[in-house]
Amino acid sequence: MDENGIRTDGRRWDELRPLKIEVGVLKNADGSAKIEWGKNIIMAAVYGPKEMHPKHLELADRAVLKCRYHMAPFSVDERKNPAPSRREIEISKVIREALQPALFLEDYPRTAIQVYVEILQSDGGSRVAGITAAALALADAGINMRDLVVGCAVGKVDGKIVLDLNDTEDKEGSGDMPYAFMPNLNQVTLLQMDGLFTHDEFKQALELAKVGGMKVYKIQREALLQRYFSGGGPETSTTTAEMMEEA
Amino acid sequence: MVEITRKQVIPGDVIVTGDYRPGMYVQRRGNDMVALRVGLAEIIRNDVKVIPLSGAYIPKVEDQVVGKVVNVTGYGWEADINSCFVGYLPGQFVFGRDFSPATHDLTTRFTVGDLMLAKIEAFDRTRDPQLSIRGPDLGKIPQGEIIKISPMKVPRLIGRKGYMINMIAELTALQIKVGQNGVIVLDGPAEGIAKAVQVIQLIEQEAHMADLTAKVQQLLGVQPGAAPAQPMGGENTGE
Repeated sequence: MDENGIRTDGRRWDELRPLKIEVGVLKNADGSAKIEWGKNIIMAAVYGPKEMHPKHLELADRAVLKCRYHMAPFSVDERKNPAPSRREIEISKVIREALQPALFLEDYPRTAIQVYVEILQSDGGSRVAGITAAALALADAGINMRDLVVGCAVGKVDGKIVLDLNDTEDKEGSGDMPYAFMPNLNQVTLLQMDGLFTHDEFKQALELAKVGGMKVYKIQREALLQRYFSGGGPETSTTTAEMMEEA
Repeated sequence: MVEITRKQVIPGDVIVTGDYRPGMYVQRRGNDMVALRVGLAEIIRNDVKVIPLSGAYIPKVEDQVVGKVVNVTGYGWEADINSCFVGYLPGQFVFGRDFSPATHDLTTRFTVGDLMLAKIEAFDRTRDPQLSIRGPDLGKIPQGEIIKISPMKVPRLIGRKGYMINMIAELTALQIKVGQNGVIVLDGPAEGIAKAVQVIQLIEQEAHMADLTAKVQQLLGVQPGAAPAQPMGGENTGE
């Protein structure tokens, strides 16, 4: 960060990187979304609910949520081995746990819901970007949800709390805190922290993450509305009765 | 009480606040009525519901579905009903009470790959759906072209009291079998099938649009606006 408080990529401390989200990009998935957040390019795909395989792992009273976070070999500068690494296994788990509270898994007993998060190009904050996209893919797949889930990261660079770390800040900075929450319920589903924060810094970081997250939610919401309601314009109510009532 | 029609909602949105009754895909949260799906919210009198615009088929008792036999077991047939659950048609439902695997050969009625129009006889959270082919029009589907649409858009394809589907069937001279699971079988002259496929795809794409009936009529080559949304009869029933 320079003396004017401008970061390596020209942002101020409370600015997000450019963010673009598109829903329904994969034809064969039941639900999908693509997110471009800074240099991140991530696809999320949802398949299901479908039959659980292997059969003995199914749950009698609810669906099993399976998540895979995977980085493509070409997503980083040096080729990444496509086999799941320790880090990817951990992130798969935290993404699953971040999404699970938003879903009504009990509405789909004995089934499986599979979420794939594929990192095509990676930058800082890919897990929160993955969560943001995966939540949209789940909504696109038509799975009952309490709320969407929004992710946003904050961190500490040169002793200052900043919003939405990029790759350089993530690596050179002194702390990093991914955060995911359900904006309407105001409930936290993911909170991780790496580095040293004082109590006050932590509070400040959490506050900043919430504010940043709400900005992300706005864009996330827009993306979903765009997918389903674009081109329709304001609709009249004349065909309401005609619409869904069948004999 | 406010009445709302076709409000665009996504999961987590508050549809309305107040003393209402939550219906389909709506949850009460304190005094708020919250949507659980992407769709169009409606309030009619006291009932709040969301008509979802996406989603997989979840079987419901009494639904009519198109199934494809995927396995013949000793006691019945398993059918793919385009859902996360496999439909099961017991032998008794086809051969009657005196059915016995020793005396009856199941493959004489349905073999793997056969299509059937069936009804969901029973389904709950604990068991896979049970199918039945007892009822008018139910049974084996000997021939036809299959197309699939999103199951959430089937009610729109059928229309009020079957208005839309009857109109399409008559104007294309086809026999159309529609399953609530989004599988449709078309049978009849080739040019009719081509036309019907176009129409059905249009309905799927624009299911949430208001002027759908007119668009369909236009595509089928009748005067749009002639008798909208009345169950059968009227000027556009014959070609």
